[in-house]
Amino acid sequence: MARIHLDIAHSYRPHPREDADYALLPMRQTFEDGGAYALLGPSGCGKTTMLNIISGLVRPSQGSIWFDEREVTGLAPQQRNIAQVFQFPVVYDTMTVAQNLAFPLRNRGIDEARARARVAVIAEMLDLSGQLDQRAAGLSADQKQKISLGRGLVREDVGAVLFDEPLTVIDPHLKWQLRRKLKEIHRELRLTLIYVTHDQVEALTFADTVLVMERGRVVQSGSPSELFERPAHRFVGHFIGSPGMNFIPVTLLARALAHQAGALTPAKPEVPPGALTLGIRPEYLRLCELHEPGALPAQIEQIQDLGSCWLVGARVQPVAAGNAVGNGVGNGVGVGAALLRLRLARGEVVPQLNQSVGLQLLSPHTCFYDSRDELMAGPSGGVGDD
Amino acid sequence: MSRQEGAEVHLYPFDLQLEPGSLTVLLGATQAGKTSLLRLMAGLDVPSRGRIWADGRDVTGVAVRLRDVAMVYQQFINYPSMTVAQNIASPLKLSGRMAPVAIEQRVQELARRLRIEGFLDRLPGALSGGQQQRVALARALAKSASLMLLDEPLVNLDYKLREELRDEFLTLFAGGGSTVVYATTEPGEALLLGGHTAVLDAGELLQYGPTAEVFHRPKSIRVARAFSDPPMNLIPATAVAEGIDLGSGLVLDLRAALQRLPRLAGALTLGVRAGALELSSAQWPANFLKIPAKVALAEVSGSDTYIHLESPLGGLVVQRTGVHRFALGESVTVGMDPGAAYLFDAKGAMVFAPSPVHTAGAPDLLRAKSAQSAGTR
Repeated sequence: MARIHLDIAHSYRPHPREDADYALLPMRQTFEDGGAYALLGPSGCGKTTMLNIISGLVRPSQGSIWFDEREVTGLAPQQRNIAQVFQFPVVYDTMTVAQNLAFPLRNRGIDEARARARVAVIAEMLDLSGQLDQRAAGLSADQKQKISLGRGLVREDVGAVLFDEPLTVIDPHLKWQLRRKLKEIHRELRLTLIYVTHDQVEALTFADTVLVMERGRVVQSGSPSELFERPAHRFVGHFIGSPGMNFIPVTLLARALAHQAGALTPAKPEVPPGALTLGIRPEYLRLCELHEPGALPAQIEQIQDLGSCWLVGARVQPVAAGNAVGNGVGNGVGVGAALLRLRLARGEVVPQLNQSVGLQLLSPHTCFYDSRDELMAGPSGGVGDD
Repeated sequence: MSRQEGAEVHLYPFDLQLEPGSLTVLLGATQAGKTSLLRLMAGLDVPSRGRIWADGRDVTGVAVRLRDVAMVYQQFINYPSMTVAQNIASPLKLSGRMAPVAIEQRVQELARRLRIEGFLDRLPGALSGGQQQRVALARALAKSASLMLLDEPLVNLDYKLREELRDEFLTLFAGGGSTVVYATTEPGEALLLGGHTAVLDAGELLQYGPTAEVFHRPKSIRVARAFSDPPMNLIPATAVAEGIDLGSGLVLDLRAALQRLPRLAGALTLGVRAGALELSSAQWPANFLKIPAKVALAEVSGSDTYIHLESPLGGLVVQRTGVHRFALGESVTVGMDPGAAYLFDAKGAMVFAPSPVHTAGAPDLLRAKSAQSAGTR
């Protein structure tokens, strides 16, 4: 087991000049010993490059990588003491399930009795005990991928286990069971696990810490609830959640900030009044009566019955800061035009199409972003943890 | 019609009349018969028995080229050696009824609507998956066909692109005049698209109706299973005087909920949607059934957390809005509102569904419902 530290940049081009030439922009990243991490982002964000740099399949064009106190920058994957699980099963069809699981141990000269004991433990965890003597050839893709997972996890002495979209071939109905297995295994074995995926469900369910990546950068590294409650970057607000966070350009007056000071914790020392982007999730945007203080006038444009809740689209017209429109956006927040989404629980009052409603943009869950899309103020920590 | 190939039945006999000018979702797992049905509608296959009519005309056996149909597939299918503009223009040129200037205008207009106007001179191979699918969609829309068939068009895109394109579909199809048929495996997608839904399972058409109605009033356990994600909680039960006995000493009191229902008897299945179960320390009303359970896994979808539980009644799934953290093995209590119960008889037919679901545009009903639930939340 190891703590992994990267201080790297990587470009697949020989002479990178601008940001776009880099697959990974200069970064420092530490993966603590025994942690469960996910690298999450759209295709082309650099997540697979980062995994390949950790495994040794790719050598970073700049910088170095450390496993505990040992520098491994120039070492091949075999010399790094890691295990890997890929998208598609890697198993020997002619071997039995037990032989497949034992292979990484035998390869390392672990004695027979210890290998057998370890295989039994892993097989039990993955519900493969009943099939140990069966040949892998006859098994389904699901079962084969379970063997691949088992082979990745069977060695106790690995520095880290790296997963590259390992549940792609798994039937949707079985996915949650394997996700659960992976969680249980992490709890019991406390291996350092790093999991690459473009799917938010995979990342948020699996990992204690998720690194959200975009265009060669880690835009936020945090727990699933931090990513949901306090996105450090607009991209995170957009990428996490379906639909993602609403964004609306706003102009803040000083008194609006004073009003909010109690509820919001600034991410930066000072939030300058002026042009910002307000972010609020559909789960936290509330409808209100037009005459209520702080109500922003909007018109209902879309209503979708999602079964367990309603998804409502409300169109907001531009309002100048401090301008008394109707009963006013009393908090001194000027807004630009936008279509905002809000989620209403079943049993809540659902408006009608084209109805004029009020929206409450300011809540303890409201976030503010600067012109570089970075968080300036948002909810205080610990929100959303049960 | 029905469709059979050799001994293998692809579609059992059924009747289906699509709502003209609106959207119909074909919902079902892989192998349910969705693609078979689309191919029959397109004229790519001929039914083994029965007939197909389009606008009153019998089109059974009429070749796809002679039908007024456009189709979009899972794979992003474009002409690889033609530019994006030529791809979109191809059905217009083939029809031979439009002047070149008009074709160019139409291509520009479609490209703008699908936000690919910047790529008109490129080859499809140089575009991302999402852009390629937009080109395929623009080409399909260019035909202005009266029937538009989409076979899981978003399945090969990642979820953010899927969200974006799905929203655009709704705008593109609204008031377009075409009858649109959209096949998907995802219940959530069917709900987002709205319109009507036909639920298919193992080659059978199980139910057809307005999407929300099919979701809220599934005719059978099979429909409820096919049209729920996370899965509906299904628990074997027997009728007793005050409601239903779920075993393990747990009885769901249905006296208030079942006033309108004939007496229950024999073996039943209780169905409760994940979103209708509650996990909380709040004071539940006396008629709520409290079920002790342990957390097996908290799955986080991004906007919701699905908590998989082990209970004396078997596995249960509870849905909560937002991101929540639960430890594996954590003990919790599940609250079950009898008012949210579905009941299915021994044959799997639905015999009871929760009180009429409030729909948009019925404010009095809404207020009644909200007043009633105010005390329970």
